Amino acid sequence: MLDKNGIAKRIAREVKDGMYVNLGIGIPTLVANFIPEGINVELQSENGILGMGPFPYEGEEDADLINAGKQTVTLLPSASIFDSAMSFGMIRAQKVALTILGAMEVSENGDIANWKIPGKMVKGMGGAMDLVASAKNIIVAMQQVNKAGESKLLPKCSLPLTGVKCIKKIVTELGVYDILPEGGFKLIERAPGISIEQIKNATAGKLIIEGEIPEMVI
Amino acid sequence: MINKVVKNADEAIKDLKDNMTLMLGGFGLCGIPENCINAMVKKGVKGLTCISNNAGVDDFGLGLLLQTKQIKKMISSYVGENAEFERQMLSGELEVDLIPQGTLATRCLAAGYGMPVIYTPAGVGTEIANGKEVRKFKFNGEEKEYLMEHAFESDFAIVKAWKGDTAGNLIYRSTARNFNPMMAMAGKITIAEVEQLVPAGELNPDHIHTPGIYVHRIFQGEKYEKRIEQRTVRKK
Repeated sequence: MLDKNGIAKRIAREVKDGMYVNLGIGIPTLVANFIPEGINVELQSENGILGMGPFPYEGEEDADLINAGKQTVTLLPSASIFDSAMSFGMIRAQKVALTILGAMEVSENGDIANWKIPGKMVKGMGGAMDLVASAKNIIVAMQQVNKAGESKLLPKCSLPLTGVKCIKKIVTELGVYDILPEGGFKLIERAPGISIEQIKNATAGKLIIEGEIPEMVI
Repeated sequence: MINKVVKNADEAIKDLKDNMTLMLGGFGLCGIPENCINAMVKKGVKGLTCISNNAGVDDFGLGLLLQTKQIKKMISSYVGENAEFERQMLSGELEVDLIPQGTLATRCLAAGYGMPVIYTPAGVGTEIANGKEVRKFKFNGEEKEYLMEHAFESDFAIVKAWKGDTAGNLIYRSTARNFNPMMAMAGKITIAEVEQLVPAGELNPDHIHTPGIYVHRIFQGEKYEKRIEQRTVRKK
């Protein structure tokens, strides 16, 4: 079973040279640590950065320079700064090639829920609704089962939706899935040591398995 | 030159009244108008509707106005860092309108550009689309649905910039820019507080982010705490 870093490492292989990439909070943020040498990408942070760099050295934090997770960060030499309207303008206009974000639930037709648990938790959608409504290429990084052991890959989301029919790829602790245009989670790869049986038990929505499913290489 | 300078935050907000609608710049605690928020706490204005991306933390930023129950309604995109906020919202004391961050930014932008509505794909098919006009447009080679959203109207926009001049021209610094430029353009009355106030002529006109026409009052903040919400560092 993959840990958070393992999920991030696997997703990093989807990042291609020359891409502008938006990383959400949580596991997606970790993806930046595993982008292979020789792959040049620019990270977009929706509070107004292109060319976001690593955390600052101790003592060099700047209160005016944070990422969308409110963490202190640095700028790469190629960086630019802009306002929030332009930031979502470039997202809406599909200039950002890849969006990686977390989810509470994903349905077999590509719906995603990640902003609200009615009556319990309401943090807000932040930029997630804008991102999923516009991005062409979205990868979801998530845990496939919750603490109670219930699958979060569902026939239909039970929580309020963030976006409709927008997710095409999911990486979890158990495997990699494509969501097919006609619906269904198509298993592409298994996490190391994970059996088809384990994956079946952890998938409540329609699971499609064709032929031998390779173990992922990370 | 038209002089926009007021003495301090108290003077800048002197005619801010109960039940008004305000825009407040900032992302998290970054680029928030600290001095005006403190002045509003002191003044005790109540029943405020605040348009702001976030709601501060319990003891800083807009969290201060929540503690004193001066805010009736928040219009925000993300409010996850504030326990008192969550308590007031779940108990129904505080009205909350959560909207997508890009929609929030663009509704401010539309106001500043003199346009009554925008169409955005954000939120189509979700509960935030309830009761809103949905239209299909063919654009960028594909046909999809868009939600109609209205430009914001606010009595005051309160923003924070790095440098400003006596004519009200503003320059922001780094990611403290965020929502400030759009909100500055969108207020019926816009108040700008700055870290450094300089005489007109000292800022390079090519570097100005917000032209003074949008700014009605400007002052240099007495002090800035500039609190960091998540201090993340690496070792040398």
